[in-house]
Amino acid sequence: MAEEVKLFGKWASPFSRRIEVALKLKGVEYEFIEEDVFNKSPALLNYNPVHKKVPVLVHNGKPIAESLVIMEYIDETWKHNPILPVDPFEKAMARFWAKFIDDKFWAIWPAAKKAMISGGEKEREEGVEEAQQHLKVLETQLKEKKFFGGERLGFVEITASLIVCIVVAQGALGVEILTQDKFPALHELTQKFADDDVFKQCVPPREKHSAYFKALWGALAASK
Amino acid sequence: MFLSVFFFLTGKLREMLPLHINQKLRKKEMGEENKVTLYGMWASPFVRRVKIALKIKGIPYEYVEEDLRNKSQFLLQYNPVHKKVPVLVHNGNPIAESLIILEYINETWKNGPKILPEDPFERAKVRFWADFLQQQFLDSLRSATKSSGEAHEKAMKDVFEKLTVFEEGTEGFFPNGTPHFEGENLGFLDIVLCSLFGSHKVGEEALAMKIIDPERHPLIHSWVTAMNELPVVKETLPPHDKMVSFIQSLRGNSLD
Repeated sequence: MAEEVKLFGKWASPFSRRIEVALKLKGVEYEFIEEDVFNKSPALLNYNPVHKKVPVLVHNGKPIAESLVIMEYIDETWKHNPILPVDPFEKAMARFWAKFIDDKFWAIWPAAKKAMISGGEKEREEGVEEAQQHLKVLETQLKEKKFFGGERLGFVEITASLIVCIVVAQGALGVEILTQDKFPALHELTQKFADDDVFKQCVPPREKHSAYFKALWGALAASK
Repeated sequence: MFLSVFFFLTGKLREMLPLHINQKLRKKEMGEENKVTLYGMWASPFVRRVKIALKIKGIPYEYVEEDLRNKSQFLLQYNPVHKKVPVLVHNGNPIAESLIILEYINETWKNGPKILPEDPFERAKVRFWADFLQQQFLDSLRSATKSSGEAHEKAMKDVFEKLTVFEEGTEGFFPNGTPHFEGENLGFLDIVLCSLFGSHKVGEEALAMKIIDPERHPLIHSWVTAMNELPVVKETLPPHDKMVSFIQSLRGNSLD
């Protein structure tokens, strides 16, 4: 049977980006369907009725949702170029750190947003401090565990790639959160993504990405 | 004299072995090889998941009860990030987070019943729903237990809605309609469900609120009831009255 792989995603979403990276690392051909968050397609709502979100991978008509679940599915279905370690203990560690990063991001992102769109300087500073506090935890843990080893991107690094959004957003809105001097390990990681041949194909051009954040939050920041 | 020569020679021979085999031998002598230790707390549903999985697989283990108000040096060393139970230590390697531990058990001990399905798509489905219960559902439940009055009513409505989503989403797992278990073959999602709702009667008594109603959620109710009949589930159930007091004191503390 001919393989049919579809990915419902958004070019700006770091979560659907994870899946694109995983599929490209495996050399899997897929059709990308861009979703409009304000006007979700019937197909998306049918394939992910529970969360109604991207990314959703549809493989030969079978839908899988939640980016970490999708990545595991990809690794188990297309077994070459493994994303996860083979050893059960190392695999457990990879899963642990991926989850840790994901959970931390949901603390960092609202704080970063506060730093970027708040009206008062005090509020903006509070946002920066809060975001940096959480980033510090990530920095310490990642530095100790040395996730930057190895040539290729693995499960943990692909999961961590959402920090690129912080870098682009802060550049677009003129706020300093994830700086090289305070976060050398995280900064090195963002460089790794920028240099990676596969990741480069999945990240939008910088101007387009910056413009997206300017449009999303710039108006909110200016109106305050 | 022959014995001392023998030991001398075997010692020398051992030095010639590759490092990783040497280390393995040393670990075996120290008793760490294949040793399994579970750090837990008697009332924790997350620890219960691991106990059930270990029992299903027939894996012998040492259990260490933690006082969460006075955590042991071992726990803090083995889970420095979250400082929580459960932590499974195998061959000196610590694994934290109950769902990650279940996957580790499934992948390490290949004999006995499989905890996760072999097929990647079936696996993705159980992981998706386990994640739904672990994140969305538990977040709602926590809001409900920490609130009172109108906020509590609203939170409980959300809890029931989430259960309905789960009920409707998992219907397809039981084509015959009624959940039925062969022997003690509980799977990943069964274990998660059992740990959260297995003691629902305890929760009802302690909090005077019915979470699993056979009329509202017949599938979940029959699923949990079927599992509660199994010896492996009964054996891991914490004592009823002790649980009731414990939950009541938690609720009292969280409302202060």
